[in-house]
Amino acid sequence: MRPTLAALLALAAAPALAQDRPVLTVLTYDSFTSEWGPGPAVETAFEAECGCDLRLVAGGDGAALLSRLQLEGETTEADVVLGLDSNLVAAARATGLFAPHAAEAALDLPVDWADDTFLPFDWGWFSVVGRADEPQPKSFRELAESDASLVIQDPRSSTPGLGLVLWIEAAYGDEAPAVWEALRDNIVTVTPGWSEAYNLFLEGEADLVLSYTTSPAYHLIAEEDAGYVALPFDEGHYLQVEVAAKVASTDQPELADRFLAFMLSEGFQGVIPTTNWMYPAVTPSAGLPEGFESVRPATTLFLAPEEAEALRGPAVEAWRGALSQ
Amino acid sequence: MTRTGAPRLPGALAALMVAGLCLGTLVPLLRGAGEGGFGAADWAALRFTLLQAALSALVSVALAVPVARALARRRFPGRGALVTLLGAPFLLPVIVAILGLLALFGRGGLVNDALALLGLPRLSIYGLHGVVLAHVFLNLPLATRLILQGWLDVPAERFRLAATLNAPVWAVIERPMLARIVPGALAAIFALCLTSFSVALILGGGPAATTLELAIYQAIRFEADVAGAAQLALLQYLLCGAAAGLALGLAPGAMGGAGLGRAVERWDAQGRAARTGDALAIGGAALFLLLPLALAALRGVGGLAELPPEVAGAAGRSLLVALGATALTLILALALAMRGGHLALVAGTLPLAASGLVLGTGLLHLLRPHVALATAALPVTALVDALVALPFALRALAPALAEIEARHGRLADSLGLTGLRRLRIVLLPLLRPALGFAGGLAAALSVGNLGAIALFAAEGQATLPLLMARLMGAYRMEAAAGVGLMILVLALGLFWAFDRGGRTRAAA
Amino acid sequence: MLRLEGLELAQGAFRLAADLSVPRGATVALLGPSGGGKSTLLAGIAGFLPPRAGRVLWDGRDLGPLPPGQRPASVLFQDNNLFPHLSAAQNVGLGLRPSLRLSSPERERVAAALARVGLQGLGDRRPAQLSGGQQARAALARVLVQERPLVLMDEPFGALGPALKAEMLALTSEVLRGRGATLLLVTHDPEDARALADLVVVVAEGRASPPAPTAAVLADPPPALRAYLGPPA
Repeated sequence: MRPTLAALLALAAAPALAQDRPVLTVLTYDSFTSEWGPGPAVETAFEAECGCDLRLVAGGDGAALLSRLQLEGETTEADVVLGLDSNLVAAARATGLFAPHAAEAALDLPVDWADDTFLPFDWGWFSVVGRADEPQPKSFRELAESDASLVIQDPRSSTPGLGLVLWIEAAYGDEAPAVWEALRDNIVTVTPGWSEAYNLFLEGEADLVLSYTTSPAYHLIAEEDAGYVALPFDEGHYLQVEVAAKVASTDQPELADRFLAFMLSEGFQGVIPTTNWMYPAVTPSAGLPEGFESVRPATTLFLAPEEAEALRGPAVEAWRGALSQ
Repeated sequence: MTRTGAPRLPGALAALMVAGLCLGTLVPLLRGAGEGGFGAADWAALRFTLLQAALSALVSVALAVPVARALARRRFPGRGALVTLLGAPFLLPVIVAILGLLALFGRGGLVNDALALLGLPRLSIYGLHGVVLAHVFLNLPLATRLILQGWLDVPAERFRLAATLNAPVWAVIERPMLARIVPGALAAIFALCLTSFSVALILGGGPAATTLELAIYQAIRFEADVAGAAQLALLQYLLCGAAAGLALGLAPGAMGGAGLGRAVERWDAQGRAARTGDALAIGGAALFLLLPLALAALRGVGGLAELPPEVAGAAGRSLLVALGATALTLILALALAMRGGHLALVAGTLPLAASGLVLGTGLLHLLRPHVALATAALPVTALVDALVALPFALRALAPALAEIEARHGRLADSLGLTGLRRLRIVLLPLLRPALGFAGGLAAALSVGNLGAIALFAAEGQATLPLLMARLMGAYRMEAAAGVGLMILVLALGLFWAFDRGGRTRAAA
Repeated sequence: MLRLEGLELAQGAFRLAADLSVPRGATVALLGPSGGGKSTLLAGIAGFLPPRAGRVLWDGRDLGPLPPGQRPASVLFQDNNLFPHLSAAQNVGLGLRPSLRLSSPERERVAAALARVGLQGLGDRRPAQLSGGQQARAALARVLVQERPLVLMDEPFGALGPALKAEMLALTSEVLRGRGATLLLVTHDPEDARALADLVVVVAEGRASPPAPTAAVLADPPPALRAYLGPPA
């Protein structure tokens, strides 16, 4: 009994011991730090070159990061926040808690991104994902007219859910409420987060799910299953950009800048496609893994952060109004 | 001032601690940024929250009455195992429970497959009925247990008396007993359903099924309006308090308890109709509760081969957290049970309506300036789990303690057995079965509860539920189902071990 | 000497008044109808029921501030006189040390007390493994080791058969009288009083009368008792 207990206690006391090296604390979302996420590889690579201790601190999921930082204010230990959704960038900027970065890099984004504070590290197109052997509507309108069932995420609790609402808003503007109205009988249900929706889809509760154009790549590369497809939509696909930023109150500004520069280098970007299953912000020299890009949307829809912030409230309200009946 | 009875001070301290955790954690948030406001959407959420919680409580309790009665008056092989297993849905991580239900009632579930075979139209589980169905699935075991306790608390002599008088058992024994038990059971399940979030949204089918807890999520995550979230959390406590107060007003005082193991001896209900009815009640409940559970477990079997290496550490941490939470729950519950009275009732009810997100966020901001979060992660998780389990542990301990005090209290007083000595020599040994049951419940609940760990965990600190959430977030649904199965097995195993440990060597 | 000075006890709507003295070393039967207040009076003396008015004095000392365990009284109840999870020896040992941490001389005293009541060698048994009569003896053994000057008994042998009860009462009388203890015994049976008690306190109609010699009371019962006893046989 005793050795077991000791082992358990050792497990509990796992956090890294303090060392003399400077510590850089990066607040990020939970799945980034998970064992199969980018975290472990990123940590190893950065620590090898920085002579520092990189601490990745999980602060819940992407949407929780901003409120966490806002509550902590200037007392936060975080030097860098990594994983903010582009749709929340305006709100993040308004807090005044972030400082401009020093990074210069040519980004491989499908849109122009020039922001002196928030630096993208990966991105992806939202997409409706379905099965290869089932009907594949080519737009939201076609989906609405079909019998196909769809499971989506709640825009009030999940970033993909918010992305979808802004997608419809960007694509249809004033007609967005009508599109939601038409989609209502296709939507099986709404889940709090991405994983519940994707789980329901895999269990056969719906024909289609809101996810990313890169989702089939996971099944193809990790599971060797070619049975899933991302549906290219005529109205274009909304873009999600994930960004990082330096915290203004950091006591390690140089190290933070160094990390942001590292973030766009090969050591970081190279692991993104098959750990985060998103497009790297800077395409690695070896290119993208085979099978990663099954679909490349013809049109990219994107609302700049300030625009997205302004439309978020009304767009969510339109969604809620149309689906609440 | 004569000092008699069990010590009362620890109970006051425990109540203070519970109130501090539930309400005190709101304080730093209420000070936080933003102006909380109550919009039209919030009113709609409040209406739906109350509606689904009330319906869920009513249906759960209405169905629990025949099941509890049947379990109380029938003996059959495997009865004990069935009573234990029926509690399992209550211990599951919500998403596992939902997927199990969907495997039965979902679009591609067994029920719809059967309907299709018969050429009948498919049923949709999504909507208010789906929310209630899921809440009944999750809470029927609890309702059954609470009401079963009521039957077992009726002294056997009373049934004998009714039998010799040929009096209607329903009118003279059962209805008065139910009048005493049912309000409390309704209030407990109502309070639990108040904070429902994933179940309500997913099975509700859309934003019409929004609960207050979702509004809390929205406020904290997208609006960065923690003050608004804290206000909503306060509202949940108020609703819970009102429900508990109402139940207290409706229900006459509680009585002593007995083990759940024994069947009530009955001389009525031997007719064929009664036997058939009881068989249907037990069989129906078993089918309704165990089939989705079996389907959820089946999903996990395939995933066992996919488990990542981290699962061993996560299981160890889950076990550690569960044992810590259990110890804390038992200490708090024991202190409150010895204290009794309204204070214990309030402290034992408030946590039912605690919003996990607000509680975790509040603790995070109270603790962050003083301790390293990585150090605090597992203890805080155990603390939150202990709080969540407290109301159930208290409901198991309080009646048992009351009975011991009624039976042996004066003898203990006359022998000068007060304070800790009374605890050591009289209460703890005699409470052993109740402690085992309550401890098992607390441990099992903790194993399945994601709790606060998601907000605190540093690298290498994941528990099983967090590991499962992470796997699901990384497309690895099969492996996640495997972890779900591990959670189920660990939870039931812990419950069984504690419950068994409490009963063996227990005094006659 | 036990003195009840203007004592008033209340239990729910029930009221009981007592103003009386019991001489040291006396054996007193509390006699009266069911619901007359016998057990209430005993509870008041033992300290389970704080008085509404008046005082309970032992040798001139007010027992009011003392909790039951610290009063100079041993108590035997109608039932549940033994803890079911403790052995007979442990149950007796509680009378010496509530902490149950007994020294070896104390252990010997426990064994001697058990032998005195006829339970030699049965100390390791739990109550469930003892007969009803043996359980009563074990409880009596605890009273013995407590060595308190006042012994309060609330029909402790009520559940035993007539022969066994008589035997236990005789044993009680024998072991306690030898020690000069004052015994207050609640009973509803005048025969118990006749067999054992020097004095009788009639408890009826909300009042406890001062003790009077047993033979005199039973020969010419006061009206309240007469109704209870019925016509003389």
